[in-house]
Amino acid sequence: MSDKIIPIIMPKWGLSMQEGRLAEWHVKEGDVIAPGQEIMDVETDKIANVVEAADGGLLRRRVAAEDTVYPVRALLGVLAPEDVPDAEIDAYVEGFVTPEPAEGEEEEGPAYLFVETPAGRLRYAERGGEGDAIVLVHGFGGDLDNWLFNIDALAASGHVFALDLPGHGQSVKKPVGLDDLVDTLEAFMDAAGTGPAHLVGHSMGGAVSAMLALRQPGKVKSLTLVDAAGLGEEINAAYIDGFVAAESRREMKPVVEHLFADKSLVNRQLVDDLMKYKRLDGVDAALRAIADSAFADGHQSALLGERIGAADIPVLVIWGAEDAVIPAAQAANVPGARVEIIPDAGHMPQMEAAARVNEVIRDFLAGI
Amino acid sequence: MARKISMKDAINEALDQEMQRDPTVIVMGEDIVGGTGSPGESDAWGGVLGVTKGLYAKHGDRLMDTPLSESAYIGAAIGAATCGLRPVAELMFIDFMGVCLDEIFNQGAKFRYMFGGKAETPVVIRAMCGAGFRAAAQHSQMLTPIVTHIPGLKVVCASNAYDTKGLLIQSIRDNDPVIFLEHKNLYAHESEVPEESYTIPFGEAAIVREGKSATIVTYGQTVHRSLDAAGALAKDGIDVEIVDLRTLSPIDTDTVIESVEKTGRLVCVDEANPRCSIASDVAATVAQEAFKALKAPVRMVTAPHTPVPFSPALEDLYIPSAERIGDAVRQTMAA
Repeated sequence: MSDKIIPIIMPKWGLSMQEGRLAEWHVKEGDVIAPGQEIMDVETDKIANVVEAADGGLLRRRVAAEDTVYPVRALLGVLAPEDVPDAEIDAYVEGFVTPEPAEGEEEEGPAYLFVETPAGRLRYAERGGEGDAIVLVHGFGGDLDNWLFNIDALAASGHVFALDLPGHGQSVKKPVGLDDLVDTLEAFMDAAGTGPAHLVGHSMGGAVSAMLALRQPGKVKSLTLVDAAGLGEEINAAYIDGFVAAESRREMKPVVEHLFADKSLVNRQLVDDLMKYKRLDGVDAALRAIADSAFADGHQSALLGERIGAADIPVLVIWGAEDAVIPAAQAANVPGARVEIIPDAGHMPQMEAAARVNEVIRDFLAGI
Repeated sequence: MARKISMKDAINEALDQEMQRDPTVIVMGEDIVGGTGSPGESDAWGGVLGVTKGLYAKHGDRLMDTPLSESAYIGAAIGAATCGLRPVAELMFIDFMGVCLDEIFNQGAKFRYMFGGKAETPVVIRAMCGAGFRAAAQHSQMLTPIVTHIPGLKVVCASNAYDTKGLLIQSIRDNDPVIFLEHKNLYAHESEVPEESYTIPFGEAAIVREGKSATIVTYGQTVHRSLDAAGALAKDGIDVEIVDLRTLSPIDTDTVIESVEKTGRLVCVDEANPRCSIASDVAATVAQEAFKALKAPVRMVTAPHTPVPFSPALEDLYIPSAERIGDAVRQTMAA
């Protein structure tokens, strides 16, 4: 069998994903695919997303049909150069066996970990990797699963940690302000033993990461700010206030649509999961306290761009061009930083254009 | 942190957490401690099916075994609620409501209305409901329409452990009388439930399956029968949407109508007897509010208009089955 044959398989997004529906192919047989090119739409019960090619090559075969459900890691297509005969591709497709999920796959390694810190119990995820720690810090109302499409890819560049900030995900629920979140991030890094780390912060998590870099420069090796807070005064108050105030799916859906350039990504399960989180005791008070501290009256309280630019630390700024929560113009507010604007992405480019964002971050980290 | 627990354990956890949080929450009912007159906590059965087991050891005399007089202790619970406590009274089986109905519908349900909005009656009456437990005609009824008929009562009937915990906590914190119905056939059913306390608001249905071809509106045990039917229908390309009402008063008409406007077809599935049921209520509401969206007549799948049979074979025929639900959906598709 030719080792030139590369399979395209059903991706696995997060622990709970068992199967996905191939909604639509974006490429046809005979197309030459570049790595990172959008090749198909896949939907799970949690989320719908565009799948970007992991590998490049000539698409010889579309094995999977549109509008059909396939298990994780099932063969969907075949890449191979022209000189591989059709018969060999047929044999490859014929002989392909979808790897069975291991018995109790979730027990293979701990899916989520918990650590006690002075701020309380925090949940985090960890992906082994050689080299420095990379710590992923989610934004307001988010959780570590906002890095679903990044955490594995970034493990190629280092030892990745992603945490739930207090008041979020499955971490301790208590009312805190922006400064407390910075304390918590530092306490987390100490407790989890990350050592000096590359911080990747999204939205409010970007401001938290930048504040820690200014406070404890020895603990921060670089800063990657993704659609970050803290770089300009303007923020969409309708989003922040709407997120805090939403008491039903019906109220939440239009609020969450602010997050994505492609609003069809906001499916029922995504909104249901957000409401399940918001309805936990203590979340409402925690979100209100953070919003009052960081984004009162539609203005950001922390403006950090000049100071980060002046600090002796490499900075990468990534922004979705269509961001409707914090305008992409603020990407220019860190003097001297590398800036990457991601087209056709909103406030969540790490989800909407994951392959591109992963590539940019890995390139940035490789150059440090 | 979420983990899988049964609906029975979800009820126990909700009661436990609310008793810890709020010292005015008390629990009373027949045999809910189950150790009266016996020497120790190890003898405490925690109710006829063990739902309240362990709570007496933690909360002591805030759990009270009552005499076998529903009118006495349901009346006492409603009275205590008007005087500052938040009682959760267990009626064991909804079938026993007859003897204490005056306390529920003429007293508890009327106080806020008759005292100019100034009186609050934060009482929860928990009761098992439904058939399939081989418990015969006086312990198996789905009497939901009797309580939904009464203004002043809120009525809950959940289909899974997650909804049960959130809705029971909401019920305890609510300032009006809530009839909280637990399908006994679902006590062992497990789903992912957070360890933390949380609430689910009344009047918000859940869409447990999204689909385009037809809408099934249901609640309780028949949610699962409908999911089974949906699996079989999907093989024939019929993609049903299933709305789990979760609360019957208030009822989430908006979600029902939105779904019917999308699919154009409606099957109402209800384990209650057919006349003046939740099924007929939903059918009537859709006929009035969304008639033009309908591409086919509404179909109802309910129990027959008979008592619940004791014969297991007949009881199985009595409860709406996945086959009957599937047939009804196919009929709407053919119309």
